[in-house]
Amino acid sequence: MLLTTLVFLPLFMAGVLLLVPNEKVLKPMALGFALVEFVLSLALFLRFDPGLAGLQLVERSAWIRSAGIGYFLGIDGISLWLVLLTTFLTPITILGAWSAITKKVKAFLIAMLVLETTMLGTFVAMDAILFYTFFEASLLPMYFIIGIWGGERRIYATLKFFIYTMVGSLFMLLGIIALMFYAQDQLGYMSASLVDFYKLQIPFVAGEFLSTQTLLFFAFSLAFAIKVPVFPFHTWLPDAHVEAPTPGSVILAGVMLKMGTYGLLRFSIPMFPEAASYFAWIFLLIGVVGIIYGALVAMVQPDIKKLVAYSSVSHMGYVVLGLFAFNAYGISGGLYQMLNHGISTGALFLLVGMIYERTHSREIARYGGLASAAPIFTILFMIITLSSIAVPMTNGFVGEFFILLGTFMSAKGYALFAVTGVVLGAAYMLWMVKRVFFGEKGELVKKYESHGLDVNWREILVMAPLVVLVFWMGLFPNQFLRWSKASIDHLVENRLTYELPVVGVPSNPSSYVVQRAASASKAGE
Amino acid sequence: MTTNILFAALLLAPLIGFLFNGIRYQSKNCLLAGTVASGAALLSFACSVVLVYQLAHLPVESRALTAHFFDWMTVATFKVSAAFLLDQISAIMVLVVTGVGSLIHIFSVGYMSHDERPSKYFAYLNLFLFNMLLLILGDNLLVMFVGWEGVGLCSYLLIGFWFTDREKAAAGMKAFITNRIGDAGFLVGIFLIFATFGTVTFTNLISLLPAAAEVGWTGPITLACLFLFVGATGKSAQIPLYVWLPDAMAGPTPVSALIHAATMVTAGVYMMVRLSALYVLAPNAMMVVAIVGALTALMAASIGMTQWDIKKILAYSTVSQLGYMVLGVGVGAFMPAMFHLMTHAFFKALMFLGSGSVIHAMHEEQDVRKMGGLRKYMPITHATFLIGWLAIIGMPPFAGFFSKDEILWNAWNLPGAGKLFWLVGVVGAAITAFYMTRLMALVFWGKSRVSSHVHPHEAPPSMAIPLIILGVLSLVGGWVGIPHVISAILPGHPENILGHWLEPALARLPHEIHGSALLEWSLMGISVGVAGLSAWFAFDSYIKHPDRPQKITAKIRPVYELVNDKYRVDELYFGRIINPLVDISKGLWAYIDVNFIDKATYAAADLIKSAGGGIRAIQNGNIQHYALMVALGLVLLIVFAL
Repeated sequence: MLLTTLVFLPLFMAGVLLLVPNEKVLKPMALGFALVEFVLSLALFLRFDPGLAGLQLVERSAWIRSAGIGYFLGIDGISLWLVLLTTFLTPITILGAWSAITKKVKAFLIAMLVLETTMLGTFVAMDAILFYTFFEASLLPMYFIIGIWGGERRIYATLKFFIYTMVGSLFMLLGIIALMFYAQDQLGYMSASLVDFYKLQIPFVAGEFLSTQTLLFFAFSLAFAIKVPVFPFHTWLPDAHVEAPTPGSVILAGVMLKMGTYGLLRFSIPMFPEAASYFAWIFLLIGVVGIIYGALVAMVQPDIKKLVAYSSVSHMGYVVLGLFAFNAYGISGGLYQMLNHGISTGALFLLVGMIYERTHSREIARYGGLASAAPIFTILFMIITLSSIAVPMTNGFVGEFFILLGTFMSAKGYALFAVTGVVLGAAYMLWMVKRVFFGEKGELVKKYESHGLDVNWREILVMAPLVVLVFWMGLFPNQFLRWSKASIDHLVENRLTYELPVVGVPSNPSSYVVQRAASASKAGE
Repeated sequence: MTTNILFAALLLAPLIGFLFNGIRYQSKNCLLAGTVASGAALLSFACSVVLVYQLAHLPVESRALTAHFFDWMTVATFKVSAAFLLDQISAIMVLVVTGVGSLIHIFSVGYMSHDERPSKYFAYLNLFLFNMLLLILGDNLLVMFVGWEGVGLCSYLLIGFWFTDREKAAAGMKAFITNRIGDAGFLVGIFLIFATFGTVTFTNLISLLPAAAEVGWTGPITLACLFLFVGATGKSAQIPLYVWLPDAMAGPTPVSALIHAATMVTAGVYMMVRLSALYVLAPNAMMVVAIVGALTALMAASIGMTQWDIKKILAYSTVSQLGYMVLGVGVGAFMPAMFHLMTHAFFKALMFLGSGSVIHAMHEEQDVRKMGGLRKYMPITHATFLIGWLAIIGMPPFAGFFSKDEILWNAWNLPGAGKLFWLVGVVGAAITAFYMTRLMALVFWGKSRVSSHVHPHEAPPSMAIPLIILGVLSLVGGWVGIPHVISAILPGHPENILGHWLEPALARLPHEIHGSALLEWSLMGISVGVAGLSAWFAFDSYIKHPDRPQKITAKIRPVYELVNDKYRVDELYFGRIINPLVDISKGLWAYIDVNFIDKATYAAADLIKSAGGGIRAIQNGNIQHYALMVALGLVLLIVFAL
């Protein structure tokens, strides 16, 4: 029951908040709830066996029996870290929003907790329809968070965000239905279980665009590509971020973008292996284009938040590149980079929010000399900048290094182009840092200096766990990598005939296999 | 076990110093901050002395000390550990870095005493030392890369130390980004090595090389050497990435001495010497290295002749001297390259600290035109600077003479283009003698041009003592590598200690160094003679006939201005690369994002909307309309049925 509890506890807590009449206790309560959820998620480390490649902590019961749709939850080394990223970032975001959100506090906190449920559900759902439900449901709270607490053009931004992602998901829904019928044909029963989907043999004809596997591959991948977002589907992102309130940006960049890359890794790559191999070049290409394009456009942004948003395009380009390298380096690096991006970009949005609350402007040209006026803020910003530009001993380096190494091992040409991102990333971040923090004091700094521009204790508390993780993940990456090693090795070794073994005693033994993957037992030794 | 503890102390002392000063970064107590930081550096130095002593007592066949702390990153077969290796090469480097580093820390206590944020300064200095030690001692390319990027970061922080000055902040940024270009090349080099050999550990890699050589695997090796060399051009300021180093002089002067003269900038040379076994398998790559080194030595020296800022002169001199070291690597003179790296660390750190002493005395004036005659006011600074000057222009028996001549002799012996490299080296030596003598003449000798508000004074002891120690080292530092022809005529025949020490750890090019003692003596005589003449000419021009330089420059004005403008390379980079890139990026944003993708999306949305509008017209809720449709349908059906 651990996974079910984890997924639905935030929803339950949102219900509790609904009944609390006292406005003052709402934020502490929500923060407490989110912390309880985080502590509970740490129990995963006790229950999860890193030596096994299969699906663990499985819960399964029928939902729509006739169509083979089930309530099917499970976790492996890939989703484990994304679950933890979600439960980790939620309390930080709530604490970070303490002074940013002042109106309709209750509604906001409820939206945050509901959002947490949908995000966690997305990562642990092992039934495609259930996954789709969570995946789509997550749009709603985010829609309200941007639409109600956002900036001036929030309605435009939310519509763009919503419609863009909806369009992609519709293709995915068609794809899921098609796969369910395939299951009926090939397995003899209709099923929406991912474990069953992996068993399907979907016809693939190389070079023919209308072959079924190709169509299905693109139906799924389009949905995920928009979510990531990869170039050229990224234009909803800068608008959404600029209009979103700080907590919205943090969760959007920190967790929701990962739903896209997670989907690529969970669906597109293992379910349609031939198509994924055949069209890998497309994803390698848009990965590289994303890295370079995102960095270049980030460089010329006049608005700090928009710069960070475009940097996301660049960073997520790395993730896509790593995943489609199809080797352990690239995929481990890609997964690591998902976490890094959640931490560093989440932190950057928090920091930008902190300074915006004080000066009400994000225009780079109006800053300057902030380092003298806000020294602690500057130190925090510098540390996160180092993580973002992947300086060794920070988390960013580990991800970027393995992605580039993996790409180099499987597709040298793309790696050579991607490596320019190492330079461009430093260029856009440090140029911004120079204009905002160094030089003579700018207009805004002079104007607001007397109000105190440096961070307060609450904000230091918000940033502290992020800073700790930046170094922890940079100095001791093996402590993180080892939890996903078995799953990634299993995927890499069996990519063309991928099946996901289910570990543990199932409630309905006939429908799944109990086995230890050969690779997993090797890793456990 | 004690080795592990010594390694840990060696590495962690500066890290702890960094944390101590970093946490109390607002403290203005320069003495406390400086004492802690210098203490940390000295402790590191003491540990390295003990370790090197232990190392020297190991038998030559197994002369290496290692320490393994923890596994750092492991994915599939890629495994790297936080592990460290002290061998003959890193031993020299670690002594130079912690030794010279300690002196510069001590010098800084005096130099930074009036600064607003001394704690922050010393924190950065210690952090630099920590990263430099990682770079030197790492037992694999990845740990080396950690230090490699780490020193770049510290360099960025220290160049932009006085960040309220926009120019200085910009110089820091330029240094970091330029270095990043090199780092990207370094990364590709690592990938190539891992893809080819399946390891990034130095000892494993070197043990795999003989087999690779037999199969004739030169393609990937040559590429790897070239990409690693891209990294070296960034860090060791070679063409085309040298442009950051002159700007880096915006940092406090002791930083210029430590990072931008003695230690960090030699990292590229050190890396290539460490991988000498790899480089000798790639003669084509070595030729590229030699050409770039020779060109850099010559070009930077020529710019040095025309500069007026005392630190800029020294900066171009550093670029030029690094060119000599890189040339040394390129011609297979690994030991002389390390030798020159070491002596250069002594005399260039000396001269930078000396210039710091001058700038301090001149109340932050750096223009040599406003100095002159300082010999009278600053006897210690002058005397030590004089030693540095003799060392760099290669006068025997000062340190620079031995190391530079060793490189030139090896260049001469390289089959093929060797003689040409030698000639470039000698011309470079002549130019070096010219600009260094010019600097001495303008700063210390002749009549004083000091403004009447400035009252130059000698440096306080904390600054003078490091100068004296470095002065002594700049004199005797070369005596550890006396070439055979000279030692043959000296009483007691002192052996080439450095050569014997390094020999087992270095690879050699296949060609033999053969040449008669007479030839070696003659070449030595030529280079010393040329440098001497050039120095005399500079002395004569700037002291005896002060109007002569102007007359000469007037005659060759266009050439002079081109050199004085540093060949306008910065302008070229900005005009042809950086500004166009910014414009292109603005264009991408405006045309692709805003005008193309978004417009296309809106068009698609509009299309759907209008299509929806068309269909909506059919269901307008009007009963008569529906009735008409039904009737029309009926008519159509009947028509088709008929």
